[in-house]
Amino acid sequence: MTWIHACTVQQVPEDEGFRVPTTPPIAVFRVADEFFAVGDTCTHDEFSLAEGYLDGDVVECPLHMARFCLRTGKVLAPPAIIPLETYPVRRDGDDLFVDVPERTDDR
Amino acid sequence: MPENHARVVVVGASLAGVHTVRALRAREYAGEIVLVGAEPGAPNGVAVDRPALSKGYLTDPDPSAAPLLSPTELADLDVRLVRGPAVDLDLGTRHVVLHEGRLVEFSALVVATGSTPRTLPGVEPRQGVHTLRTLADATDIRAACTPGSRVVVIGGGFIGAETAWSARALGCTVTVVEMLPTMMQRGVGPVLGEAFTRRYAAAGIDLRMGTGVAGIEGSDRAEAVRLTDGSRLAADVVVLGLGTRPETSWLNGAGLDLRDGVVCDERLAARGARDVFAVGDVVRWRNPRYGEDTRVEHFTNAVETAGVVATNLTGGDQWHDALPYVWSDQLDSRLQVFGRIRPQDELHVVQGDLDGSFVAISGGDGALQGAVGFGAVRQLMPYRRLLASGASWDEARALADGGLKLPRFRSQVGL
Ligand SMILES: Cc1cc2nc3c(=O)[nH]c(=O)nc-3n(C[C@H](O)[C@H](O)[C@H](O)COP(=O)(O)OP(=O)(O)OC[C@H]3O[C@@H](n4cnc5c(N)ncnc54)[C@H](O)[C@@H]3O)c2cc1C
Repeated sequence: MTWIHACTVQQVPEDEGFRVPTTPPIAVFRVADEFFAVGDTCTHDEFSLAEGYLDGDVVECPLHMARFCLRTGKVLAPPAIIPLETYPVRRDGDDLFVDVPERTDDR
Repeated sequence: MPENHARVVVVGASLAGVHTVRALRAREYAGEIVLVGAEPGAPNGVAVDRPALSKGYLTDPDPSAAPLLSPTELADLDVRLVRGPAVDLDLGTRHVVLHEGRLVEFSALVVATGSTPRTLPGVEPRQGVHTLRTLADATDIRAACTPGSRVVVIGGGFIGAETAWSARALGCTVTVVEMLPTMMQRGVGPVLGEAFTRRYAAAGIDLRMGTGVAGIEGSDRAEAVRLTDGSRLAADVVVLGLGTRPETSWLNGAGLDLRDGVVCDERLAARGARDVFAVGDVVRWRNPRYGEDTRVEHFTNAVETAGVVATNLTGGDQWHDALPYVWSDQLDSRLQVFGRIRPQDELHVVQGDLDGSFVAISGGDGALQGAVGFGAVRQLMPYRRLLASGASWDEARALADGGLKLPRFRSQVGL
């Protein structure tokens, strides 16, 4: 696992996510004063969840309305059936760091 | 009190049927589940996700499409998949009759047999004339649409328009014939329909609007389409995009109320029967949102009805009153419609313009009735919330003019 600098606190909007252009991309969300990092691509169809609809700690994909819990990645509404990847977030002053798995070449 | 159903039988293994079995297990239904599959051309009778079949599956250089249920998921869900079709229903003894005469007993039945493409009355099926519903249909169309071939799409609705665009992307010469004066009129109304018609024409598709089909020429394969205005279109490939009819033929005479679908109450329970429900394209239900009987042939409705029925089968009591939603890919961008666009309603473009990305809202009877976005996924979202909250038409327009917080247009990244 490697901690990478994802963004600053100010870069994360109130009502949507910030997309970190890693491979695969990661979306960082703010829920009150907590921050969460999850896989950015909806597991049902290709769409950036950073552009999704944020409601509490739930994000909804605006294409087909799949919903995911930002804390656990769990699917809360179909059509998605595969949970989102979740990543640990660490805050250091105004900077947010995300713990991403080491990229392996066999994937 | 939750009723304990020992065995739920779901007939039809496509979007609505598959989501029903998933939703049952998600709600901790512990009884037996039998899923009857009969998708033509599918080895295990389970359909693939259909929306891609008129879009990426036709145009991607190396397309793939997997059945909606994998063997692993079937095992995880503990679902017994049996081969249909179902040919009859005995409500007295609570049996579904399968094609070989085999009987499957149920304590609750979910009808998920969807819909079947309409064909042209009086036109015999023949080589070169296609409908588009199954993976096999899409594979045939894809193979037939070789560069330079002349494709005539009959019907300019969502799927007809998508298919025409895909065929053009494959290098074909494409004509769309539509009875109504514009493309997609039923889906988006005349004003937006007119805008899309203009844009498709500008993109090089030959459009024959307000014209019917008199016949298809050719003895063993289609050679031309004759139109009611007297013109003749030479054709190598003809695709019928005429909409669908609910697949209830196997239920004829079983005692259910069948009138353009399985007629159900607000909870999606079939009228005149006990423990029989219907989901997806096949259900005509009393929609509490509009106070009328409705049938919807779109993806999200299939998923939502499955959830409602699973809830009602596991002791819940839920009505199906969700805000209607459909998306479609048009002209390399994404069209989304929330609510309903009725011919009598007013329409306002509230963001962008009809030659580019836009959001339009429609209203009537004092209420906001529908919202349409094109290439504007995020911009449309506040209007969806307004619709869901039952906003009045004046409120919606006032908000659009000023008060409403609207997200900015992002740089367009394809779909
Ligand atoms: C090409 C295409 C593109 C589409 N694109 C979009 C889109 O972009 N957006 C959108 O919202 N919607 C779209 N749709 C619509 C969407 O796919 C349908 O609403 C959805 O498939 C409905 O699901 P269903 O399970 O109710 O019915 P169906 O998908 O019709 O499935 C019914 C199943 O039941 C089986 N069956 C029928 N009779 C029997 C029997 N007697 N016994 C056993 N099994 C039986 C059938 O073989 C089939 O497998 C598209 C549809 C098509 C065909």
